[in-house]
Amino acid sequence: MKYLQEYRDPVLARRLLAELRATATTPWTIMEVCGGQTHTIVRQGIDELLPAGIRMIHGPGCPVCVTPLETIDRALAIAARPDVIFTSYGDMLRVPGTSDDLLALKARGADVRVVYTPLDAVRIAQENPGREVVFLAVGFETTAPANAMAVLHAAASGVANFSVLVSHVLVPPAITALMDEPDTQVQAFLAAGHVCAVMGWTEYEPIAEKYGVPVVVTGFEPLDLLEGILMAVRQLEQGRAEVENQYARAVRRSGNTAAQDAMRRVFQVTDRTWRGIGPIKASGLALSPEFHRYDAEHRFAVGDLVTRESPDCIAGDILRGTRVPTDCAAYGRTCTPRTPLGAPMVSSEGTCAAFYNAGRTLEHR
Amino acid sequence: MCLGIPGRIVTLDDAEPRSGTVDFDGLRRPVCLAYTPEAEVGDYVIVHVGFAITLVDEDEAAKTLAVLRAMPDAIEMELGT
Ligand code: SF4
Repeated sequence: MKYLQEYRDPVLARRLLAELRATATTPWTIMEVCGGQTHTIVRQGIDELLPAGIRMIHGPGCPVCVTPLETIDRALAIAARPDVIFTSYGDMLRVPGTSDDLLALKARGADVRVVYTPLDAVRIAQENPGREVVFLAVGFETTAPANAMAVLHAAASGVANFSVLVSHVLVPPAITALMDEPDTQVQAFLAAGHVCAVMGWTEYEPIAEKYGVPVVVTGFEPLDLLEGILMAVRQLEQGRAEVENQYARAVRRSGNTAAQDAMRRVFQVTDRTWRGIGPIKASGLALSPEFHRYDAEHRFAVGDLVTRESPDCIAGDILRGTRVPTDCAAYGRTCTPRTPLGAPMVSSEGTCAAFYNAGRTLEHR
Repeated sequence: MCLGIPGRIVTLDDAEPRSGTVDFDGLRRPVCLAYTPEAEVGDYVIVHVGFAITLVDEDEAAKTLAVLRAMPDAIEMELGT
């Protein structure tokens, strides 16, 4: 298929690897932020093909993984109500809450429906005027414009029985928090191409400058990733720390201004707790006061939630890139994609699931 | 939810918000085009959760591939071909 197949050409991949070998004179550690990129890197074994010393660490960019446990428990409490049709992206259904997940709730009779786009949830609300339809609005800057449009569309069409449970997260505050950690190993970032397609890359320029860290906006196909890594290594070798754009076919410096406008109308920046990582200042989006009436958190007062993570799960270290899944005692034993103990084992974008699906074992390392 | 894939716009619908049909290698899906107001039939867009978030720039795509194809091939060099 056009714009996918060309970027998977093994001959060109070999050339990029040769070029990388010729460029890298010393070890470097690079973090890919996005879970979609982690998936491709691990599945294609790109990290194992890199010249010795070039190490990829896998970042926190999996929305399924970082959605706070409290949001999942709140979703479960709302979805259990008989008056509610609860809608969500499919990959949120298996995310473990404190004592349940949406899929188990659905199996017990709750009306939980998978939608491909939030506009489908608005349509379900229009078709079911006697029910309350709630959409679980999670994700990074890539899904926020879609959820903004769903709220705007519901408002414009007078759909009152629709609401959203919002837990959006933002990439730049998260990578700033990672760089602020005293033991950070990250020397360069591959920024997520599609986040930048929406937001542009001006937010990353002060980060590159302040921390002296190269940032390369990178696409998702194997050749994109190899070229992004090569561009990052070139910068490191030359002592530069700039924002560069590998993904020029899809990303412009100012991003998608129409999408940004809608996000700014519907959402406002808020503090957010990242599952496994903890609270990060100004790292999320919540509904702005104008759209308060679409906020499921207020519409359905859910009593005090007592949240508890599995004690075996080391997801926080995985998401910060300080440990890998094979370091976890539960990995592949009590924790598998069918029986996930922690969120990174749920989605194929989660590092634990990416490792498991690629058959990585302790010996593998 | 977080994967974006490229597809080609095959029809524009008369709907609010702006929408159309996008062809993903034979599979056709309705897509919201509100954030790509400049997109026309025949354009490639990258679609995330049913929304086109950006146009694929054909010139830039060609440029990237040209750079990659111009790189020397290690094996070819070694074999002197
Ligand atoms: S393997 Fe399972 S338990 Fe271990 S860190 Fe990953 S998600 Fe948590």
